Amino acid sequence: MIRVILPAHLRTLAHAGSEVEVEVEGKITQRSVLDALEARYPMLCGTIRDHVTQQRRPFLRFFACEQDLSNEPPDAPLPDAVASGAEPLFIIGAIAGG
Amino acid sequence: MSQVRVLVGTRKGAFILTSDGKREQWDVSGPHFAGWELYHLKGSPADPNRLYASQCSGWFGQIIQRSNDGGKTWEAPGGETMPAPGSMPAGASNKFVYDTSPETGNPLTTHQWYDGTQHPWEFKRVWHLEPSLTDPDTVYAGVEDAALFRSTDGGKTWQELAGLRGHGSGPRWQPGAGGLCLHTILLDPSDPGRMFIAISAAGAFRTDDGGKAWRPINRGLRSEYIPDPTAEIGHCVHRIAMHPSRPGVLFMQKHWDVMRSNDAGESWQEVSGNLPTDFGFVIDVHAHEPNTIYVIPIKSDSEHYPPDGKLRVYRSRTGGNEWEALTKGLPQRDCYVNVLRDAMAVDSLDSCGVYFGTTGGQVYASADAGDTWAPIVRDLPGVLSVEVQTLP
Repeated sequence: MIRVILPAHLRTLAHAGSEVEVEVEGKITQRSVLDALEARYPMLCGTIRDHVTQQRRPFLRFFACEQDLSNEPPDAPLPDAVASGAEPLFIIGAIAGG
Repeated sequence: MSQVRVLVGTRKGAFILTSDGKREQWDVSGPHFAGWELYHLKGSPADPNRLYASQCSGWFGQIIQRSNDGGKTWEAPGGETMPAPGSMPAGASNKFVYDTSPETGNPLTTHQWYDGTQHPWEFKRVWHLEPSLTDPDTVYAGVEDAALFRSTDGGKTWQELAGLRGHGSGPRWQPGAGGLCLHTILLDPSDPGRMFIAISAAGAFRTDDGGKAWRPINRGLRSEYIPDPTAEIGHCVHRIAMHPSRPGVLFMQKHWDVMRSNDAGESWQEVSGNLPTDFGFVIDVHAHEPNTIYVIPIKSDSEHYPPDGKLRVYRSRTGGNEWEALTKGLPQRDCYVNVLRDAMAVDSLDSCGVYFGTTGGQVYASADAGDTWAPIVRDLPGVLSVEVQTLP
């Protein structure tokens, strides 16, 4: 299982706890994890990446294993520790806007 | 005994205020969707317990919420878990995609930007939700960048009524200071095919065939801040109001000027009369007196607060031109709040109630058509919208 940590507002929206688990088949990438997350929680569609372009929303960032993965290609493999479930993928809202 | 339910959208959540018909004691429920901007909430006239809400955030984008029990519980339509892991979500309620197909939408992709250049159309948020008068599952959404969407499945999926953007004047629409927003949707109760909408800063538009064909209805508007003050397109309309018994008569609060049309928008005449300033955002009509209208004058477009620090509602019983200030119970010194365009509404009890919310977080109510006022709440987040439901 892949572990994902959601920002507070998305936990509320998804009626989920801070950490959710999703099952992902095949390569473990940002895209495959987000696809699985949106399939499990369809109300999150469009809140993390744009409906049409599939681009990450500008005020969100992705972190794992103390690395900023926000600008990695969506099909690049996530760290092994994320793929094994040892570490979560963090989705973080930027501190912005006052 | 009748009840009143006031739906309040704020910068940091939604609040629902309820009272009996006396409108003296109020229960406050909320915040719902705490921390999110709630641009608008509105109930279905066909099923008052069906509510729709526009929830949005600069971080997470647009969400549509729906309640089937008058706001006690909410759901994002289409947010149900998919049965099969890995299958794509069938219908999330927050998907607003512009129609650029040649068959229905005309592949329109740009509008005018602040500097006069063309700029791509980009969805930002839903400003206004207007439920159908007859079907609880049909609801219209006015969005930024300006377009009109409709859902016929209770907010689960949305389709653009692309004839509006595609009718020809779209490339000349330009954003007002608040963005290029479609903020007003009026459904004609006497003619299911007729609908009026307004866009800042493009103007007012009408359809007579249920949303396929549209045309501008801005003759008589004059805006000194655009190159051609009487142009067909480019007017910053802030709000339009109509009385359901007389849908051919429209009242408009424009960026400057209060206007009236007696011919369903074919022509407009100014009715600002003796107002201290004719800038403002809200306008509404008394529930039982189609010629009694309300505005809240705001000093100017650069000073978004009431003149002289006095919060005054102005009422005209003559459909404009002759206005009286209503001040009893409203702050008459040191008041520098604004009242935004969707933040006034009326109830339909025998003694018409009038309500408005301020950017300072107060919601004021009058149970006697504006003669006297009292705050229901004083310290909400900045109020973006106020709607009222009169319940049996």
